[in-house]
Amino acid sequence: MTAKLILRGKEYEVRAGMTLLDALKKSNIVPEAVIATRDGEMILDDEILKDGDVVKLIAVISGG
Amino acid sequence: MKCRKCGSKAHVNMRQHKLALCREHYLEWVPEQTERFIKKYGMFTRDEKVLVAVSGGKDSLSLWDILVRLGYQADGLYIGLGIDGGIGYSHESQRLTEKFANEHDLKLHIVDIEKEYGQSIPVLSEMTHRGKGKPCSVCGLTKRHEMNRIARDLGYDVLATGHNLDDEAAVLFGNTLTWTSEYLLRQGPVLPSTEGLARKVKPLCRFYEREMTAYCLARGIEYIYEECPFAEGSTSIYYKELLNQLENVRPGAKLIFYLKFLEARRRGDLFVEQNEAQAHLHSCPKCRQPTSAPGLCSFCRLMEKTQQLDTVS
Repeated sequence: MTAKLILRGKEYEVRAGMTLLDALKKSNIVPEAVIATRDGEMILDDEILKDGDVVKLIAVISGG
Repeated sequence: MKCRKCGSKAHVNMRQHKLALCREHYLEWVPEQTERFIKKYGMFTRDEKVLVAVSGGKDSLSLWDILVRLGYQADGLYIGLGIDGGIGYSHESQRLTEKFANEHDLKLHIVDIEKEYGQSIPVLSEMTHRGKGKPCSVCGLTKRHEMNRIARDLGYDVLATGHNLDDEAAVLFGNTLTWTSEYLLRQGPVLPSTEGLARKVKPLCRFYEREMTAYCLARGIEYIYEECPFAEGSTSIYYKELLNQLENVRPGAKLIFYLKFLEARRRGDLFVEQNEAQAHLHSCPKCRQPTSAPGLCSFCRLMEKTQQLDTVS
């Protein structure tokens, strides 16, 4: 019963049933620094992750 | 979480505003807010010609899209920097910019630095030993010079850049850490035109970087996702990460940091105000753009050095 987060090619496996916010925290990802999409649709921090979910995280920081 | 306007499922949540919106209402909200900022800071009117500096990234493409949706006369300027970094960075960013312009039937000016000045940005940087092994300093200097040159030469009233609140807060944070008063004095949503310098505006300066990413996704704008190969490990990115950690614990901290600075500046509360009279600018004898010291400006000095090196070799 797991879901997967993917950020810049790196995968993080998390337990299904937790919220996206908890999954990000558990993976040491700052929620402010990413936008989460599932099946091409943006999802929010309170979304409960289901078994088999693949959440693509889009890094928002740019610049130099 | 529900959209505050229609009650359907929300797709964007802005904790600093305590506002969640669905895709449709978010796409209405962003231009409405942009219009509000343009008017609030007196950036430009619909009668004026706006040149948008477009890099192919999320912020500048969003800005161009928003201004056109709002009915402003906005043309684009792309500056080809000649950065490859093993990923064809400049090539891909130009492709995406041209794609956007073509799809929306917009006018795009393209300046290729190598064609214009004989060398790409990384080579110019190497030749002049400027910037501690990274071309970012030469890149910034050249972009500022070229954006101003094109805006001035082609008769645009105003030059608009896609700087967002995270960009502004990171710069402010850096300048506050070092109390660089002359830079603090110049920072703001509008830099008025002066002799040789076009008016510069930042219509997205109150949107978080995250919101611009969301706007691109919601609008289906394809932008260059890869970071500039030279940006890795940069101070500005480090500052943005620090500020995001703060924002995570204190929603709205970045916004308040920036807005309170603008307020203090406007009221004349900053200790640096007394230095304003000393910030006198000179005119470069070659390109006529303003420079902080008498004689050639930094850009013309850079080009002169490059030409001398070319002659020697």
